[in-house]
Amino acid sequence: MTTVTSPSPIISMRGVTKRFGEFSALKSIDLDVAPGEVVVLLGPSGSGKSTLIRCINLLETYDEGDVVVDGIRVEEGRNLRQVREEVGMVFQAFNLFPNLTVRDNVALGPVRVRGLSWQAAREKAQALLARVGIGEQAEKYPIQLSGGQQQRVGIARALAMEPRILLFDEPTSALDPEMVGEVLDVIRTLAGTGTTMLLVTHEMGFARKVADRIVFMEAGEIKEIASPDRFFTEPSSERARAFLDAVLNH
Amino acid sequence: MDLVTTFFNWPIFVRSLPLLLDGLWRTIALGFLSIVLGLAGGLMLALGRMYGPRFLKAVIIAYVDVFRALPVLVWLVIVYYALPFVGISLSPFASAAFALTTVSSAYTAEIYRAGIDAIPRGQFEAAQAIGLSAFDLMRDVVLPQAIRIVIPPLTNNSINVMKDTALASVVAMPDLLKQATQAQALAANPTPLIGAAFLYLLLLLPLVRLVAIFEKRLGRSGRR
Ligand SMILES: Nc1ncnc2c1ncn2[C@@H]1O[C@H](COP(=O)(O)OP(=O)(O)O)[C@@H](O)[C@H]1O
Ligand SMILES: [Mg+2]
Repeated sequence: MTTVTSPSPIISMRGVTKRFGEFSALKSIDLDVAPGEVVVLLGPSGSGKSTLIRCINLLETYDEGDVVVDGIRVEEGRNLRQVREEVGMVFQAFNLFPNLTVRDNVALGPVRVRGLSWQAAREKAQALLARVGIGEQAEKYPIQLSGGQQQRVGIARALAMEPRILLFDEPTSALDPEMVGEVLDVIRTLAGTGTTMLLVTHEMGFARKVADRIVFMEAGEIKEIASPDRFFTEPSSERARAFLDAVLNH
Repeated sequence: MDLVTTFFNWPIFVRSLPLLLDGLWRTIALGFLSIVLGLAGGLMLALGRMYGPRFLKAVIIAYVDVFRALPVLVWLVIVYYALPFVGISLSPFASAAFALTTVSSAYTAEIYRAGIDAIPRGQFEAAQAIGLSAFDLMRDVVLPQAIRIVIPPLTNNSINVMKDTALASVVAMPDLLKQATQAQALAANPTPLIGAAFLYLLLLLPLVRLVAIFEKRLGRSGRR
């Protein structure tokens, strides 16, 4: 599913511009993502990757342009909740709720947003936790888990809302090296299940394996969009080449 | 007359005790009511200040500043002696409860705000990302975490409110202090005042201890 010309993209960004004061973090971004597609965002630190994906569920507001998710314009108002129900997010710092057990971290969304009973939501949470390999940790509090386990809770929490789109912002960057694999394994099983994914990562090998398309950003602009094979073997932009040199050869 | 018969006169203390206890209950009722209303009012003010429209924010900031600057006694005297001139005439108890609540709300508002401010942005973002409403975000995620932070300063504030109830004696409310001065005049002996002081300590020392324990515990978990 590497096509850019899908008839109806599930995410469509047109001329999206974001400023922090005088500084433009995003400069007229155009990007379409097809349903089920896995898009990996690459680029140097500060290039606007986080800002871009955070515009999709409006954790960041944008100043110009349009972000449309499944036909709904992403903006403050009644429709925002609908967008957020469809878009799950996994954070670099996990952002689990420390006041809730692992199971209730996962169950909270379904109860409050989907209207499930606590019992039904907890059963669902238990199944999801088992699916990401930490079913036996359900009664614990987040602080009692390792980083890798916590991030898997983060993924289960996002999955509990049955989102059509999953956003990952450097999901393994805060992990000790020995825990990166377990989290990437979970993410890999999600790719190709029909869930649309936008993923920011510095794990180049993983990006190449899992991505349908690579989006390369620099200084708030998309400099290149390519298939992973093409991007990693013969990037067309000078910038991308320099970036790959820097991250792959050290 | 020696020290004991002057300040610690047992028969006089026993005779004044019913009056003192009567005052003590009124002090507790006034303090409790003002504390509870101040806790609720402050939360409303804090949420209004943090998430309300701009106009409301400005009003709340002004309110909080004014009531933190104004001496409680001055405000209480205004409520009791000045408001009747505009047709608002409250009983001593209602005046005192109103004055203490309005002031306490200003302080608790700042405490809640600091507590909510201390919750990392990522918590708000994670809650928003799963689609929680602003209400659920507060109820399920932010306030349960903030409450641990604000309990010691809120308890401290409650102690101050309880102590400030003694100001109500100025507007002729028969609280513990007022009853004690009454009893002192009656007996021509200061023992009832000492007795009142002991009753205040009996009421407030446990709370003071409690704050110390809270702070110690919080300090310990903070170091983790
Ligand atoms: N809240 C903010 N206030 C000011 N500048 C910001 C803020 N968030 C991000 N930026 C700036 O926007 C640029 C893009 O940031 P970000 O999207 O986080 O980059 P990336 O995720 O690619 O590292 C950076 O220069 C960053 O300093
Ligand atoms: Mg980033």
